[in-house]
Amino acid sequence: MKILVPTKRVPDTDQRITIREDTHQIDDAQLPYIVNPFDAIAIEEAIRIREAGPQEVEIVAVGIGVAEYEKELRTALAMGADRALIIRCDAVLDPWNVAGILKRVVERETPDLVLMGKQAVDDDASQVGQFLAALLDWPQATFASNIECTEKGLRLEREIDAGIETVQIPLPAVVTADLRLNEPRYASLPSILKARKKPIEEIAIEELDYSIEPRVELIALAAPNQTRSCQRVDSVDRLVDALQEVLP
Amino acid sequence: MNILLIAELQDGQIRPGSLSALTFARQVALETDGSVRWLLLGENLEAATTEAARYAPVLFCDAAIFAATAADSWAAAIAEVVSTGNFDLVVAASGTFAKDVITRSAGLLGGAMASDVLGHAFVDGRLQLQRGMYAGSILATVTLLGSPQIVTIQPSAYAAAEPGETPATVTNEQIDTSRLPQNIRIEHLESKRGGRPDVTEAAVVVSGGRAIKSSEDFESLVGGLADTLHAAAGSSRVLVDAGIAPNELQVGQTGKIVAPEVYLALGISGAVQHMAGMKNSKVIVAVNNDPDAPIFEVADYGMVGDVYEVVPQLIERLG
Repeated sequence: MKILVPTKRVPDTDQRITIREDTHQIDDAQLPYIVNPFDAIAIEEAIRIREAGPQEVEIVAVGIGVAEYEKELRTALAMGADRALIIRCDAVLDPWNVAGILKRVVERETPDLVLMGKQAVDDDASQVGQFLAALLDWPQATFASNIECTEKGLRLEREIDAGIETVQIPLPAVVTADLRLNEPRYASLPSILKARKKPIEEIAIEELDYSIEPRVELIALAAPNQTRSCQRVDSVDRLVDALQEVLP
Repeated sequence: MNILLIAELQDGQIRPGSLSALTFARQVALETDGSVRWLLLGENLEAATTEAARYAPVLFCDAAIFAATAADSWAAAIAEVVSTGNFDLVVAASGTFAKDVITRSAGLLGGAMASDVLGHAFVDGRLQLQRGMYAGSILATVTLLGSPQIVTIQPSAYAAAEPGETPATVTNEQIDTSRLPQNIRIEHLESKRGGRPDVTEAAVVVSGGRAIKSSEDFESLVGGLADTLHAAAGSSRVLVDAGIAPNELQVGQTGKIVAPEVYLALGISGAVQHMAGMKNSKVIVAVNNDPDAPIFEVADYGMVGDVYEVVPQLIERLG
């Protein structure tokens, strides 16, 4: 089985995000970047599928973006991905075009499973996996919190608004990972050193014969001030008074 | 714009979030001299179509294949109705149904989509949409390019629509269901919410965080106060990760976004990803034993205290 894990590099989630004067970009000059946490969960799950055996599993991590992306892809390789691809593209891409590029990658790599995070924690769109499944006409299982390989494909648990839904899908398929799927491992020092020798193939966007057609135009970014003035109460009596005043 | 509003049903009823999405759709229709129609997919839809027709004209397809919401068949059906009906805007309420099904249909319809929209405006005749990024710390204003456009609405951002004066028309939409993909088999659904209201729909939400040490304590403190106030129970991510609270109660960037009249945060420190899910609540009341907890920065009322001491007293005094 071959598992393709698309990843995104995002600003570290403990960072305060500020906006540049042009209101079109965040100020990323000092921002440390990480692999999108949900994509790290997807990489971890791919490794666990391989470790569970008995089938042979190849894990290919994919990144789309700038040259600096290599660092995050090395993290994926250190965790346990076998090899990585970087699609070199300097343009800012919306989810539709990310999915379109990934479709080309899927056509080149012909994986049995595309396993990726349910959302990227920068734009919080939660669209790419579903777009890709639609473009490929593959079944999908979003928000997976448990994955089991079966003879017919996969049985998964999905975290949905109403509770936990159990579904079965055949392969090939697109699966998006939710928080509770697993806890990603930290790469050990030996595996980090080993990952330096693993191959990262660089592919120029032009090689994929894909033309970028934006679907989302950014007008402006703003950072709303959400702070409220908190009235402190110092006893349960006062808290009860406050609640009785505000409760509908 | 010619607008198709996808109804989300639960137990045969239209979910309140769909009525908030209708408010958005009506405002856009008014602004563009357009129209709004519902699309209802499901099985045994009679009651739901009657209810929906009180608000707007209804297209529906009642078929066994739509009894469960498998994303592949649903998305293909929605895309077919949008294409044959020449709709140029598709609207639905945010949530896991929309993320799964509506987003896939957007993938079949060209990908001009904005998710979890919080507000809109018309500028020079173009529909501008506001949505949160970076756990709600950034508000982006975007326009969508191409047609059809697909928009999901954060229900808390729009009031529920009122019914019209007279019932509207109900039309059976012909969909050849034998041609729809059917590769997703839904086996079963396990819900642990019990009899409490949905956290996204309740006027009052009582939510618990790290201070709560066990499922039993969650049930007696958070659940107990929620029941006293006829409120929904909610949770921060840490309790769901620890198996103390069920996943469908998680409020935050990666859980549910809520904006009730009153949000009670019990023992929640206020991680950015949690506050992304509740900071638009009208009134926020926080109880936490750490006086410097970030939750107090977004709270209207705050008490420094131990939830294990404070909450039982609240249950007694407010009961």
